[in-house]
Amino acid sequence: MAKDLNAILAGFGGQGVLFMGKAIATAGLLEGREVSWLPSYGPEMRGGTANCAVCVSDETIGCPVVTVPNAAVVMNGPSFDKFVPKVEPAGVIIVESSIVSAKVCRDDVEVYYVPAMELAEKHSLQGLANLILVGKLLAATGFCKMETMPDVMKHIVPPRKAHLIEKNFEAVQLGFGL
Amino acid sequence: MTTVFERPKSLTATPNTYCPGCTHGIIHRLVAQAIDGLDMQAKTVGVAPVGCAVFAYNFFNCDMVQAPHGRAPAVATGIKRVTPDNLVFTYQGDGDLAAIGTAETIHAAARGENITVIFVNNAIYGMTGGQMAPTTLANQVTQTSPFGRDIKSAGSPIRICEMLSTLDGVAYAERVSVDSVPNIRKAAKAICKAFEIQKAGKGFTIIELLSTCPTNWGLSPVESLDWLRENMMPYYPLGVFKDIDGGKDNG
Amino acid sequence: MSQRVLMKGNEALAEAAIRAGCHHFFGYPITPQNEIVAYMSKRLPKIEGACFLQAESEIAAINMLLGASAAGARVMTSSSSPGISLKTEGISYIAGSDLPVVVVNTQRAGPGLGGIQPSQADYWQATKAPGHGDLRVLVFAPCSVQEMVDMVTTAFDMADKYRMPAIILADGMLGQMMEAVTLPEDRGRQANNKEWATNGHAGENRNIINSLYINPDELEKIIRDRFARYAEIEAKHTQHEEYALEDADIVVTAYGASARVAKAAVRDARAKGIKAGFIRPITLWPFPKEAYAKAANTARSFLCVEMSMGQMVDDVRLAISSKVPVHFYGRPGGIVPAPEEVLAEIEKIAGGMN
Repeated sequence: MAKDLNAILAGFGGQGVLFMGKAIATAGLLEGREVSWLPSYGPEMRGGTANCAVCVSDETIGCPVVTVPNAAVVMNGPSFDKFVPKVEPAGVIIVESSIVSAKVCRDDVEVYYVPAMELAEKHSLQGLANLILVGKLLAATGFCKMETMPDVMKHIVPPRKAHLIEKNFEAVQLGFGL
Repeated sequence: MTTVFERPKSLTATPNTYCPGCTHGIIHRLVAQAIDGLDMQAKTVGVAPVGCAVFAYNFFNCDMVQAPHGRAPAVATGIKRVTPDNLVFTYQGDGDLAAIGTAETIHAAARGENITVIFVNNAIYGMTGGQMAPTTLANQVTQTSPFGRDIKSAGSPIRICEMLSTLDGVAYAERVSVDSVPNIRKAAKAICKAFEIQKAGKGFTIIELLSTCPTNWGLSPVESLDWLRENMMPYYPLGVFKDIDGGKDNG
Repeated sequence: MSQRVLMKGNEALAEAAIRAGCHHFFGYPITPQNEIVAYMSKRLPKIEGACFLQAESEIAAINMLLGASAAGARVMTSSSSPGISLKTEGISYIAGSDLPVVVVNTQRAGPGLGGIQPSQADYWQATKAPGHGDLRVLVFAPCSVQEMVDMVTTAFDMADKYRMPAIILADGMLGQMMEAVTLPEDRGRQANNKEWATNGHAGENRNIINSLYINPDELEKIIRDRFARYAEIEAKHTQHEEYALEDADIVVTAYGASARVAKAAVRDARAKGIKAGFIRPITLWPFPKEAYAKAANTARSFLCVEMSMGQMVDDVRLAISSKVPVHFYGRPGGIVPAPEEVLAEIEKIAGGMN
């Protein structure tokens, strides 16, 4: 029985945090587990900060509102300030270090600094920094099996971007291998 | 024996509830005749308004729906979208159509909703006891304009046919009157034409009928007809304001 | 069993409505229910004889429902709180005309323009005054995306059976969130064979859809007949969920999204050794009075949790005839309470009882 994931994914609107959440929730769905994906919505989506809460569990999801995450991916300063203190002890924090220069001042959590945007540039994966971070989150938490990921990409990449399915998966693999 | 006059099939034998001398009865008859003429009695759905004609569902001998005040065009839209082959008409007064239901009227027209609006304009709220309507004339005395309609405060009366004729969705808009036999004949033709256009699926049709309200105007039926001719017709000219079939203005 | 899919509550509900045979939809944009309107605008034009129409207002939309329902169709509209206020006139006429329709309220915070975040501040409106006059509407309160799907089908069937409006009282959280759902089989368009429909009859066979009865004796009889039907619904169709009630000292109760939070808090309380139980009304009208009355025989207090200043709490007090105290915890304005907050409330009450 895999461990429950109660994750917060947060950043600026446009960084693809909702899509990251969809990738994680779809992985849970395809593995036959219970999932929930709860976005912040409204004006926040337009240029402000956006976040979503994703739960993956073998049991029915009780409360889809995640107030004490066991994993957080923070992709900008405001999200770092807001969510780092909320992660439960022994939880996982992944920081997009191409954007956030701050360091986590807690020693009870597992922290990874991933310069996802720079890595994306370097590996010709422009615009896929979010999936590099999903790959790292997968490595750190094991929220699904890596074999499920190619299928996840087929499910969530919109038809007009179908030619990018390979690239999307490459980004996940890159993050996973860091 | 030859029948020279009978009740149209599309009217029930129910005595109507209108005041003596009111022209609603004539207009009901014209609408019913038009339905009979197209042999559409069993395929017609009418929508009654709130106002004097609220009981129209008792008088038209076809399926009828009674709508909230002003909402008849929206209700008719719902009916028509479900049963597009039926003939759907609304029967509305000036308060219902041009005050509380202005949005529903304009947008049904703008959509080219394939319905026919029978608009009875008597320049006053009848059912509630003679208050000022959006079509009440300048300086006309009503219960709520006791010193006459003050244009500075209440604005000018709305000419509905002229306004709606600017919309692309309107296939036919004509103003007629039921003050005289020749005008009643023209009104009958106008209603038939509107129904035919609807049957052909060409869009929104509206027939505005200048009508009297002897009770609330405080005039006798005959005086009312004179008042209509002298006061309403100059402000609300009769004629065709829109005809996508290219008919000529007969006003 | 058909496959599970990941869908937003609003979209899943829209798809389920179509599969329940609702091929006529009239709506108007307002956050946070826009996905329903957008989904219908994409799907319905591809179904022959179906109709999606964006109305000029909420008022027009509900009156289009009146017409479409009168003509015999399964028909739905959706909106959010301020828009529902505009629809109340139409809902009253529809109830007074004995027409079946389904209205979805993806609630946001009020009063006025309020906010756009999830709220449950329209409980009073839905259950007490969904329009003027002596009337009831069926009120279903889903608490998951799967229930958004399942309840819309039930709502249509019940609305048709009893010829009355049904409201799905959801909220921004349920509308916006995605969960895994199983969609029902597509039942296709329901045959337009309602013998009362105004879809073309002449003479003695003609149908009249009307809410006006000028003779008070006649109107009284019609209202009494309608209330007899309401009584039948109360007897037969009240639904609720209960959890850990057997030995519960404190019964926590909530509906919809806040029920998810409340139930999680009850689990946490049990883990801490507090004898907490849980009741969730699934139908808000009819309200599951008996479940509460029964629980009040053994429980020592109740806690009602809502995303409002407390609108259901009085119904709970009435249901248990104020036999034991009913406490309240709520977050108005668009805030979803956290399970820890509810747990703290439970602990406070438990502490006070010892």
